[in-house]
Amino acid sequence: MLNLIIIGFFASAFAPLIYKRTKKYFGWIAASFPLYMFISFILKYNEIASGKIIKEAISWIPSLGINFSFLLDGLSLTFVLIITLIGTAVFLYAGSYMKNYEHTGRFYLYIGVFMTSMIGLVLSDNMITLFVFWELTSISSYLLIGFNHHKESSRKSALQALLVTGGGGLALMAGLILLAQVSGSFEISALYDIHDKIVSSKLYPAVVILILLGAFTKSAQFPFHFWLPNAMEAPTPVSAYLHSATMVKAGIYLIARFNHAIGGTVIWQDTILIAGTITMFIAALLAFNQTDLKKLLAYSTLSVLGTLTMLLGIGSNLAIKAFFIFLVAHSLYKGTLFLVAGIFDHKTGTRNVSMLGGLKKLLPVTMTAALLASFSMMGIIPLVGFIGKETVYSSILEVENFRFLLLALAVISNAFVVMVTILVGIKPFFGKLLPTLKPPQEAPVKMLIGPILLAVFGLLTGLFPNVFIQKLLDRSTISILAEELGITVKLWHGFNYVLLLSFVTLLLGIGLYYFRKQILQILENLSLSNYLKPSFWYERILNGTLSFASLQTKILQNGYLRYYIIFIIITTLGLTGYTLFKISGIGSLDITTDLTIYELIIGIIIIASTFLVITSVSRLKAIVAIGVVGFCIGIIFILYSAPDLALTTFAIETLTVILFVLVLYRLPKYLQFSNPGSKIRDAIIAASVGIFMTMIVLLVTAGEMQSELKKYFAEASLAEGKGRNIVNVILVDFRAIDTLGEITVLAVAAIGVYALLKLRLKEGDK
Amino acid sequence: MNLIIVLPIIVPLLFAVIMLFFWKNIKAHKILNVIASICSLAVAIILISNVNTLGILALQVGSWQAPFGISIVADLLTSIMVLITSVIGLATAIYSLGSMDEQREKFFYYPLLQFLLMGINGAFLTGDIFNLYVWFEVMLISSFVLLALGGKREQLEGAIKYVTLNLLSSAIFLAAVGILYGIVGTLNMADVARKIPFVEEKELVTVVSFLFMVAFGIKAAVFPLFFWLPASYHTPPIAVSAIFAGLLTKVGVYALIRVFTLIFIQDTNFTHTVLLVIAGFTMLTGVLGAASQNDMRKILSFHIISQIGYMIMGLALFSPLAIAGAIFYIIHHIIVKTNLFLVSGVVDKMKGSFNLKKIGGLYRYYPLLGLLFLIPALSLAGIPPLSGFWAKFVVIKAGLEIDQALIVIVALVVGILTLFSMTKIWNEAFWKDDPKGNENKIIDSFSAIKLSKKVLMFSPIIILALITIIIGFNAEPFFNFANNAASQLLNPSEYISKVLGL
Repeated sequence: MLNLIIIGFFASAFAPLIYKRTKKYFGWIAASFPLYMFISFILKYNEIASGKIIKEAISWIPSLGINFSFLLDGLSLTFVLIITLIGTAVFLYAGSYMKNYEHTGRFYLYIGVFMTSMIGLVLSDNMITLFVFWELTSISSYLLIGFNHHKESSRKSALQALLVTGGGGLALMAGLILLAQVSGSFEISALYDIHDKIVSSKLYPAVVILILLGAFTKSAQFPFHFWLPNAMEAPTPVSAYLHSATMVKAGIYLIARFNHAIGGTVIWQDTILIAGTITMFIAALLAFNQTDLKKLLAYSTLSVLGTLTMLLGIGSNLAIKAFFIFLVAHSLYKGTLFLVAGIFDHKTGTRNVSMLGGLKKLLPVTMTAALLASFSMMGIIPLVGFIGKETVYSSILEVENFRFLLLALAVISNAFVVMVTILVGIKPFFGKLLPTLKPPQEAPVKMLIGPILLAVFGLLTGLFPNVFIQKLLDRSTISILAEELGITVKLWHGFNYVLLLSFVTLLLGIGLYYFRKQILQILENLSLSNYLKPSFWYERILNGTLSFASLQTKILQNGYLRYYIIFIIITTLGLTGYTLFKISGIGSLDITTDLTIYELIIGIIIIASTFLVITSVSRLKAIVAIGVVGFCIGIIFILYSAPDLALTTFAIETLTVILFVLVLYRLPKYLQFSNPGSKIRDAIIAASVGIFMTMIVLLVTAGEMQSELKKYFAEASLAEGKGRNIVNVILVDFRAIDTLGEITVLAVAAIGVYALLKLRLKEGDK
Repeated sequence: MNLIIVLPIIVPLLFAVIMLFFWKNIKAHKILNVIASICSLAVAIILISNVNTLGILALQVGSWQAPFGISIVADLLTSIMVLITSVIGLATAIYSLGSMDEQREKFFYYPLLQFLLMGINGAFLTGDIFNLYVWFEVMLISSFVLLALGGKREQLEGAIKYVTLNLLSSAIFLAAVGILYGIVGTLNMADVARKIPFVEEKELVTVVSFLFMVAFGIKAAVFPLFFWLPASYHTPPIAVSAIFAGLLTKVGVYALIRVFTLIFIQDTNFTHTVLLVIAGFTMLTGVLGAASQNDMRKILSFHIISQIGYMIMGLALFSPLAIAGAIFYIIHHIIVKTNLFLVSGVVDKMKGSFNLKKIGGLYRYYPLLGLLFLIPALSLAGIPPLSGFWAKFVVIKAGLEIDQALIVIVALVVGILTLFSMTKIWNEAFWKDDPKGNENKIIDSFSAIKLSKKVLMFSPIIILALITIIIGFNAEPFFNFANNAASQLLNPSEYISKVLGL
């Protein structure tokens, strides 16, 4: 399986190159790639159907427990077959659909990467490998939604989808790490035996919430549903493939995959049930006032995704069966209808349903596919959608709590979906022929094969469910529930309660269609869409974050050097001061011991001169005062019997004062900038720093310093360093490399002065 | 045979001095600079393989027995830092050949680069806390001159803030060294580490540790000490910004890691919790700063800060996995961040501006440039399977393992905001149409650049992108290395005994 994935990525990488050579036929070449994948996996069908699980593993980052381990069982095989089958249809279709686009080669690159990642995702047995593919699908989805990147709306929608799914992705990552912490391994198949241990762990609620956050964002469950309709900015083949049939089901796949390992608890089932039910219902309502074909389909997709999630939340045997059938049915019919919507767009120039009608003679083949898919979507016998809807209802009828609420919501939602179907798949063909932007004509073969293929599959699956899905259903439910259901899929269950419900749904849906203008009026009066306006919160949060970001940056990075310095000093004082005052000896510090009269006098002079420096309005005075401070420090060196240091200090101080005085004449007049308030503030800060450093020094010198260094230098300086002046020997011998560094500093400074004086680039220069 | 340890300092110095003898002969400078970079790379490779096989290496300069002289020490962390420095040095050397203007080249741009690299390597290699201060000074003066070289108004304004705030760091550092010496009576870090446990006044040690935290924190550009970085990094030529972005702050991070794993481990409950708080705010304020910018260089600069937060988080969590994560993060970050700056330089040359509002349309005509941007950008945002993902993954895993949920949440939120700002650059510079219209595909001055120069600009970008991919797909050896380096840091006894010859 790993080799197929590697082949997939390589093939995608070469897509733009191959496209350049083969433009016209590229659709066929491209479609052969998912077809090849489909065939490779269908060859494994018998093995899987007989109950085998195929595993494969190569280590990747073993020290973190991350491996390329893959697992093919009923659930992953079902998904892989859906991905590759619809992939074949879409790749072929896009060959014609995308031919007038720029950069079609890049399009195939992205969609190829997407398909391969999606396959990798459903095959991964290692959570982190799964996550890697998960993120890759988000990125390729981003690039595909923003494919028409000259449009601002495309860019915005792409970003929105990326941020929502990416954010959920990060939560998922945290959830998986926590889960592995409990289980001790990143392998999903290792979780099955320790279900009880996981569920009873104290980390369990966090694991559930984080993993579900990942799943819900990816599968656009409420309240993260808003990105999906906006993702319709993508070219139609992308919408059909990623945002209806495959990627948006990744979240649902994740729930199904983990259900057996970490599910079965109240928090797991209820969260899923509630999120799914709300999504199902709200999406159906929101579909109501849409007129754009793709938006209509997007909202109905959302509603279905909600239903699928709800079924997982119910979690009974029957519900899992319904989940499986509904999943297959939806992928087939929704894929078809999206492709049909693309044909309308391409061949009539509009996607607005109110502008389409009477096309049945002009697009007969398209109509065949569309009608088959529509009947399936409406749940009409003998299509697979009928079985799907029947099992959904019968599983809801088994629920103990809130049975009738769920049933009512499901029926209403499905009725809305029926209405959407009539609008999208039936109405455009019948009635009066409406004028369109382009003269309508039947789509080319490349665009027809896909929809027909999928629609016919839907029909065959409905007619012969035991041939097409029975075995996969059995194996998948083992993956999800860890037990065999022993339920056979049948098209016809006889006249019963459930059939009645299907019939009611259909009638309701037709009713909604005929009275949609009146109902729309009522809904508008309720201004429902305002409350549920999809991206309201997203925009709020994004804009809020951005305004906060610029505010905090204006405060922090305000451009004033003095504030930067104040920030830094206060931080220093705060961090060190807190600990300093915990020191017990701090109160009993005695500064008067051993203080001689000379030291005292010099200290007073230093302090006095410092005051002169900061209060003086004359620069000359200030410089002289600085000189005094320097000389006093020199005298201190003398007092501590270091005459050579004192001499150096005197020399430097003299030189500095002279240089300063020379420079002074070139400077403009001294101006007072600071106001009294800031002066006081600065004085307090400066005084605190001074006092604080003094205290530390006093504390340090309070104890007798034990240093071998002093003794060693005194002894070795002459004996080994061949010098009587210890300081010199330290500088040029013991610590010569310090001196090397300092010499380098001087040399670089010299270069710097030279270069800064000589080189003045003009503002325009680069 | 340990002489190899000191070569990463000597080689750049030697070549810089030779270049100065050629005075303003640019041709000689260029050739010598590339040779110097290649030699440094070779030295670094030998060093790392030696350390890998022989364990920690130590050299006593002038054969003065530690702790009386100065020790040069190379453990795994040091040797990987030296190796990456040489990689970035070479990348910048080549990029500069294609992009640097003749004026700056004449005024000792290349010798200054080598002096800077000497300072950086010195800081990584020294085993003496005062000597570290000296190397910081070498770094500071060389970077200051590089920053100001050219003397444009904007540059000088940035350079003044840079040098003032960094001098403040130096002052605090020096005071801290003095106080530390007053407490333990030695400057050799291994010796300090050996003596610190016997200090009676534990709080005094903690006070000093905070002084070091502030001094190195300024260098590492952590919250709330980072002001110098966004004030200056967008002003010099992009090759300079790129090498600064990759290396300078990481020296600060390195110093923090060194002293807070070797010396100040007495009161980790307190000191490392403070570090953790700093890490959180650093990540957050940095990424928010980036979100509010429109100049590519400024966005990237603020992201340096934000990413430093992740590294400090690794240090602060102080578990073997966390430290390994921090080291992995540093390795990844240096490569990626330098590369992003280099790419932004190409964008500027093509479109004439770094301002996202003024440029656009690059992806349409230059998909490969788009790819070369996306690789480091997505890596920085932590998208798998690029290097940045593993870096983030390990740090977050480490945080979750020791129940630090809050910092993990911050790290995750910052992750999504990072993705936001990377897509912002992508959106504006690459996807959006050029606001000036499509006629103006690229500015004339770029078309006028010779092909050979373009190759020189693109080749380091491609190589660094490849390194990112290699680290991502083949993370195991890198992670193993980081793990070993972390375990050396957390068991300082080998370091101490090798340095002091016990």
